[in-house]
Amino acid sequence: MSIQDTHSKIMPSKPLTPLQEFHVYFCQNRGALVGAIFICIMLLVAIFANFLAPHGPAEQFRDALLHPPVWQEGGTWQFILGTDDVGRDILSRLMYGARLSLLVGCLVVLLSLFFGVVFGLMAGYFGGGVDAVIMRIVDIMLALPSLLLALVLVAIFGPSIWNASLALTFVALPHYIRLTRSAVLVESQRDYVIASSVAGASATRQMFINILPNCLAPLIVQASLGFSNAILDMAALGFLGMGAQPPTPEWGTMLSDVLQYAASAWWVVTFPGIVILLTVLAFNLVGDGLRDALDPKLKQ
Amino acid sequence: MLQFIFRRLGLVIPTFIGITLLTFAFVHLIPGDPIMIMAGERGISPERHALLMHQFGLDLPIWKQYFIYIQGVLHGDLGISLSSRTPVWNEFIPRFQATLELGVCAMLFAIIVGIPVGIIAAVKRGSIFDHTAVSISLAGYSMPIFWWGIMLIMFVSVKLNLLPVSGRISDVVFLDESKPLTGFMLIDTLLWGEPGDFKDAIQHIILPAIVLGTIPLAVIVRMTRSAMLEVLGEDYIRTARAKGLTPLRVILVHALRNAMLPVITIIGLQVGSLLAGAILTETIFSWPGLGRWLIEALQRRDYPVVQGGVLLIAMLIIAVNFIVDILYGVINPRIRHKK
Amino acid sequence: MALLNVNKLSVQFGDPHSPFKAVDRISYNINAGQVVGIVGESGSGKSVSSLAIMGLIDFPGKVIAEDLHFAENDLQQISAKQRRKIVGADIAMIFQDPMTSLNPCFTVGYQIMEAIKVHQGGSRRTRRQHAITLLERVGIPDPASRMNVYPHQLSGGMSQRIMIAMAIACKPKLLIADEPTTALDVTIQAQIIELLLALQQQENMALILITHDLALVAQSAHQIIVMYAGQVVEVGQAAEIFSIPRHPYTQALLNALPEFSTDKAKLVSLPGVVPGKYDRPTGCLLSPRCPYVTETCRQQEPEIFEFEGRQVKCHYPLDNSGRPSYDA
Repeated sequence: MSIQDTHSKIMPSKPLTPLQEFHVYFCQNRGALVGAIFICIMLLVAIFANFLAPHGPAEQFRDALLHPPVWQEGGTWQFILGTDDVGRDILSRLMYGARLSLLVGCLVVLLSLFFGVVFGLMAGYFGGGVDAVIMRIVDIMLALPSLLLALVLVAIFGPSIWNASLALTFVALPHYIRLTRSAVLVESQRDYVIASSVAGASATRQMFINILPNCLAPLIVQASLGFSNAILDMAALGFLGMGAQPPTPEWGTMLSDVLQYAASAWWVVTFPGIVILLTVLAFNLVGDGLRDALDPKLKQ
Repeated sequence: MLQFIFRRLGLVIPTFIGITLLTFAFVHLIPGDPIMIMAGERGISPERHALLMHQFGLDLPIWKQYFIYIQGVLHGDLGISLSSRTPVWNEFIPRFQATLELGVCAMLFAIIVGIPVGIIAAVKRGSIFDHTAVSISLAGYSMPIFWWGIMLIMFVSVKLNLLPVSGRISDVVFLDESKPLTGFMLIDTLLWGEPGDFKDAIQHIILPAIVLGTIPLAVIVRMTRSAMLEVLGEDYIRTARAKGLTPLRVILVHALRNAMLPVITIIGLQVGSLLAGAILTETIFSWPGLGRWLIEALQRRDYPVVQGGVLLIAMLIIAVNFIVDILYGVINPRIRHKK
Repeated sequence: MALLNVNKLSVQFGDPHSPFKAVDRISYNINAGQVVGIVGESGSGKSVSSLAIMGLIDFPGKVIAEDLHFAENDLQQISAKQRRKIVGADIAMIFQDPMTSLNPCFTVGYQIMEAIKVHQGGSRRTRRQHAITLLERVGIPDPASRMNVYPHQLSGGMSQRIMIAMAIACKPKLLIADEPTTALDVTIQAQIIELLLALQQQENMALILITHDLALVAQSAHQIIVMYAGQVVEVGQAAEIFSIPRHPYTQALLNALPEFSTDKAKLVSLPGVVPGKYDRPTGCLLSPRCPYVTETCRQQEPEIFEFEGRQVKCHYPLDNSGRPSYDA
């Protein structure tokens, strides 16, 4: 045998690129895959609700009040999951509600991520007074439970789905600020940053081009979990009458509308809750999968 | 040790000041004139308006109003509720006791069930028990608790008729006011109630405690499991086994002590989310606690209550985080000696 | 009668049909009071084999042996309870990194007293006194005050002394030291080895020194066991192995020692790396790297030749002048 053959027998195989590696780890996690598929389905439902939903979300069928779901006695295929107290089809309302929930989730996550990262970068990179002020504010915001803070904000500015989204964004900020800041603090000690500043890199360049890409992993995980929090909190605000107002088909608001019929018509309260549960579960599974795939410590 | 406590206390003060600023700002950010809101539909004459503004000190410059407010807070005066006309503090105390009772029961439920389940899941990693525990815990913090409460009520209270639907205690239970009541139903009925009263109190608290404790339970199971898994892979566990210790001792004495550190932090952090959960749970179960008090005050725009309530709740959370910090230093000698 | 009798011990991981053999059918004997050095690179299975003797290999690892005897106990047959009586008392083990091997939440004194309590019992006072005596024996200055110290307050050398104190607390017949000095500063290494050897003499206990550093065991060991990729390749008396290595791998290890290369410009070493999980060669495991390799070596697994008190696992063991015996 030649030296080459012996050599190749001893050398390890070619390593994967980070993206390939991430893909492999993520797909190994069955829960995360299921979650991702579910989210895609939800996304499709939300986008194409107009075509997929059997009826309109506000369409009232006066002669079909509180109809049970199709598999129970008295149910029909016209209203698969039954109707509520004013005759609206629950399945259709849930589908349109998906649109709202996903939109709110996206809005809240993207906005809070963006501003959270900017403030976190500033706090971590500039340090000193800027850092002290930002972190004190963060500590104060974190001293209150997020739902409570959001509630008070909505109460001040008036209950609506828009105000609720802004309040939730505001309330989610401290987490991203803290995360970014601590990641920045760790990264700025590293040699490549010091070398870069010796070479004359500006502050913005340091922050956005050098440091930020290396802090992305925990931020991505937090964003995914932030999605689930946004959906849950939005539903809670809706339930308390502080979020989307009736007759908007938001999942939480749907629940509060019909509370008094819970005993006689179990389907009106069960299905909105199940949908919330499944969607949030999907995002949590994906978030967990992302964390396991991106965290080098767990790789064995 | 004392040094450590004082150092931690020093960090709390600025946060406290910040919270007072925040709560003060709330009232003054709200659009609308508080006097006009109090007057309601009746309207008010300009002279009376000016008089009331002066009476409530609302015509003073903002910073002066803030100082008067701070002074009041430090003396325990948090203002008067707009709707009930009683001092906020007086309204706070009984509701605080109700929420505290509920919260403690919920936390006990979460800890007593959660920690053993987490330990067993870690020790029997990969077993059916482990997979079930992880799945249930995942579902637990993915579900909206107001829906969970409704489901439980529908099933347990209405269908099976096992437990009451709402409230803290039945109307028929009468507690003699002349006795030294603690304000906690479970204790009071045990000490001073008729036979059957205690059972009544327990029946009322079971469902809300389970609902409120579900999220902490899920988080504790998950955290305990992952902390135990990490600890069980450490070198000192191998040493403990090499010493010939029983598996039970290795897990409960050597591993648990180290695994408890992150778990206790989590438990402390859960207190904050317990308060958020209390808002929803108390609404569903008509439990006369802080959560429901605040929500109703918000809906009624009873601003002194909102202001005082938020301040008090924030203080509570800060106090709990402080205690958790200290506890952490007690259990982990490294933290104590470090700074 | 040997104190420890290991016969065809294997430790396997993974798929039962094609398992990864971290330790592959190794055999050796250790007598009472003997100092044995087990030498090999990382990945040779030297630590895993000791863990298997202690019963510290967990699922998914599987321990299989034709015979595994310690004193009169069949280590494969005894119950878990009986094993716990032996482990920590008659057989003790110290590990590579003392800083992480002690529980950070308990004082050093507590951890030593625990070992005494489990195997010997006694009142709190006697145990404490015993612990202080142990600390003194391992060379800890001011032992009484050190009892209440936490592990993170100690240096590496001190921590290892504590580990040793814990290990000898119940007068073990066999002490296994798994790379006890690898994680320590060079100046401390000699002290720890000296301490171990002194204690070995005093207690007349058998001592297994596991190391990748042949020089460490050169002077102190009676018997040397050389391991490569999970197999034992050579066993023999220390002095003989050093003067006349019979296995090409042993020869290479000796050649790599600076003491042996004083007349050469470069240090000699074998090309390549120890085979990992997925690239175990057929035939002799050293064949990709061996300078004397033949076609037979690549096809057939070598037998274990036994002669003159030596075991050599090679098709062509080296003769007295260090050349392979192709014609034998």
